[in-house]
Amino acid sequence: MLLSIKNLHASINGKEILKGIDLDVNEGEVHAIMGPNGTGKSTLASVIAGRDVFEVTAGEIIYKGKNLLKLAVEERAREGIFLGFQYPVEIPGVSITNFMRTAVNEIRKYKGLDPLGGGAFLRLMEEKKKLVELTSNLANRSVNEGFSGGEKKKNEIFQMAMLEPTLAILDETDSGLDIDALRVVANGVNKLRTKGNAFMVITHYQRLLDYIVPDFVHVLFEGRIVKSGTKELALELEEKGYDWIRKEQTTDDRYQISDI
Amino acid sequence: MESDPNKIIGEVTQSDYKYGFVTDIETEYAPKGLSEDTVRYISGKKNEPAFMLEYRLKAFRHWLTMKEPKWAHLEIPPIDFQDIFFYAAPKKKKEYESLDQVDPELLATFNKLGISLEEQKKLSGVAVDAVIDSVSVKTTFSDTLSKYGILFCSMSEAVQHHPELVKQYLGSVVPYTDNYYAALNSAVFSDGSFCYIPKGVRCPVELSTYFRINAANTGQFERTLIVADEGAYVSYMEGCTAPQRDENQLHAAVVEIVAMKDASVKYSTVQNWYPGDKNGKGGIYNFVTKRGICKGNNSKISWTQVETGSAVTWKYPSCILLGDNSVGEFYSVAVTNNHQQADTGTKMMHLGKNTKSTIISKGISAGKSNNSYRGLVRISKNATNSRNYSQCDSLLLGSGCGAHTWPYIQVENKSSIVEHEATTSKISEDQLFYCQQRGMNAESAIGLIVNGYAKEVLKQLPMEFAVEAQKLLSISLEGSVG
Repeated sequence: MLLSIKNLHASINGKEILKGIDLDVNEGEVHAIMGPNGTGKSTLASVIAGRDVFEVTAGEIIYKGKNLLKLAVEERAREGIFLGFQYPVEIPGVSITNFMRTAVNEIRKYKGLDPLGGGAFLRLMEEKKKLVELTSNLANRSVNEGFSGGEKKKNEIFQMAMLEPTLAILDETDSGLDIDALRVVANGVNKLRTKGNAFMVITHYQRLLDYIVPDFVHVLFEGRIVKSGTKELALELEEKGYDWIRKEQTTDDRYQISDI
Repeated sequence: MESDPNKIIGEVTQSDYKYGFVTDIETEYAPKGLSEDTVRYISGKKNEPAFMLEYRLKAFRHWLTMKEPKWAHLEIPPIDFQDIFFYAAPKKKKEYESLDQVDPELLATFNKLGISLEEQKKLSGVAVDAVIDSVSVKTTFSDTLSKYGILFCSMSEAVQHHPELVKQYLGSVVPYTDNYYAALNSAVFSDGSFCYIPKGVRCPVELSTYFRINAANTGQFERTLIVADEGAYVSYMEGCTAPQRDENQLHAAVVEIVAMKDASVKYSTVQNWYPGDKNGKGGIYNFVTKRGICKGNNSKISWTQVETGSAVTWKYPSCILLGDNSVGEFYSVAVTNNHQQADTGTKMMHLGKNTKSTIISKGISAGKSNNSYRGLVRISKNATNSRNYSQCDSLLLGSGCGAHTWPYIQVENKSSIVEHEATTSKISEDQLFYCQQRGMNAESAIGLIVNGYAKEVLKQLPMEFAVEAQKLLSISLEGSVG
């Protein structure tokens, strides 16, 4: 098993967001994590990536047989965890080429490989640009600076292609994308799918799942996975809306509805 | 899980000075202390003509009447001028014809710094006038340059061989009455570089000088004079590192640039004097007066500096824009870490019509340091249709440091436009996390972000320097950002 999350609890500033997540992900699988806003989808992504504003109060995450929670952010990244950000940050003055070269070579160093020389690196960039249909000349621009929403997301997919992660978590990569950009993003993901890697696709809408067909769909609600199923679950959600989940859940605990 | 930015910043900026080593070279000193006798001793050692001794003595007498400036945002313990050696020269054989004759220890020093003369000669096409302590040890490429009629030599040699030019221009931009440290320099300056580009000549190589304080407890008083005659162009680079010391060392340099009609001078500096240790002990006091005059119409002077060293930096490379349509530029990155203090900036004095100036200043503070920008833009009554654009940014790493900006703007006519922008920012946790999520450790992430922040300035540097400067920025912040 690639990733195994057990009874994960996490909070920020003393407020508990994740209230006992259980999730197993195998190589070759695509998992969609769905759910209404504010239920902990992005928190889950951040905790896996190692963002330390979140405190893990209980539970464990085992990744490639290792206790993931003991690894630093960059170690997780070097071990093949990639987070496609919902809001990619701007780094003024740093070209994407330079940014990626630093990243690729630090990961190579971690793996005991020699750094890629200038020529080899540029060839790799060209190859991956083609793969993810990145036609615009983003590479010479500063990281995310002045990018449109769509450009930012395409850039995330491009970076994913460059880093070839084992576990890629895409945090609402579809939000704010028009249908063409959405297709580019989805095609990128589909081309990168292999038997050896896995994806966690976090999304609010079923729309993305028309293009990236998941093996499993999980519904996150109030910090817990309340429903899991196959891709049909996403369609059912689309049809019935999140109120369906809300109603089901509030019959269990009617007081939590007021928190939404 | 070490991504707390403060902690990261702490670790990266608290590393020790990489270039702290002492070279064992035989040195000849002037007696300690400062008096007319010291001035005469220095002038005598250099076998200077009478006008030079005269100039030094006038400067010395004037210096006696002056007081140290106190207006800068700096805390400096009192300097005992009687406890300083004002002259130190490596003892040497008379002349060197090839590098083989140069003291191997000295060559080793340059090698440690990664700036070996041999490599420089072979690879970079850079003519180097290497100043170690006070006397030029070796001048290269002067033959090539002389083909173009370019004079590039040590100031001592210039005084001997081109006294008429020295007499004409020395002190013409920075008179000895200018300020306390300029007066001191004028009295006791040890050596430095002299450069004259004749009419219409475009200097084919980057000229560079590496300065290095080496002998213990020796004041270092560089004097540089660059004259670009009508239509001439030169790019001059100056860079320095200094060995680790416990006692503070005084450095008071003067650089003068004269650009005649249609001439253009680009002056680039990477300054990495010993900044003192983590606790603020030791380090160089760097009081520098740098000024250029755009004397003729359509002339241009551009200053680029990357300041990472010194315990105290007091430095305002300036332009007097006298000729019509002349252009002044100032690009600066100043990094302070641990207990370093920097008060630096520029003065743009617009006197001619349609004159233009650009100021881009990027301050980076870490540790417990203080980093100040101080700048004056003065547009005089006659400088009609003049323009200035200033951008002063400060980047804070951690919460123990300070960034300050003091822009002074005086505009005396109505047709001119002055723009000033200033920002203060911190490296955000989001940026750090983003980089770390891509596999970078905190140190490389900060190096990358800081270099990006300073890019506008770094891209002004000549290629050889830009690479060095980028490394230096990261090294300077090692242990602060951690």
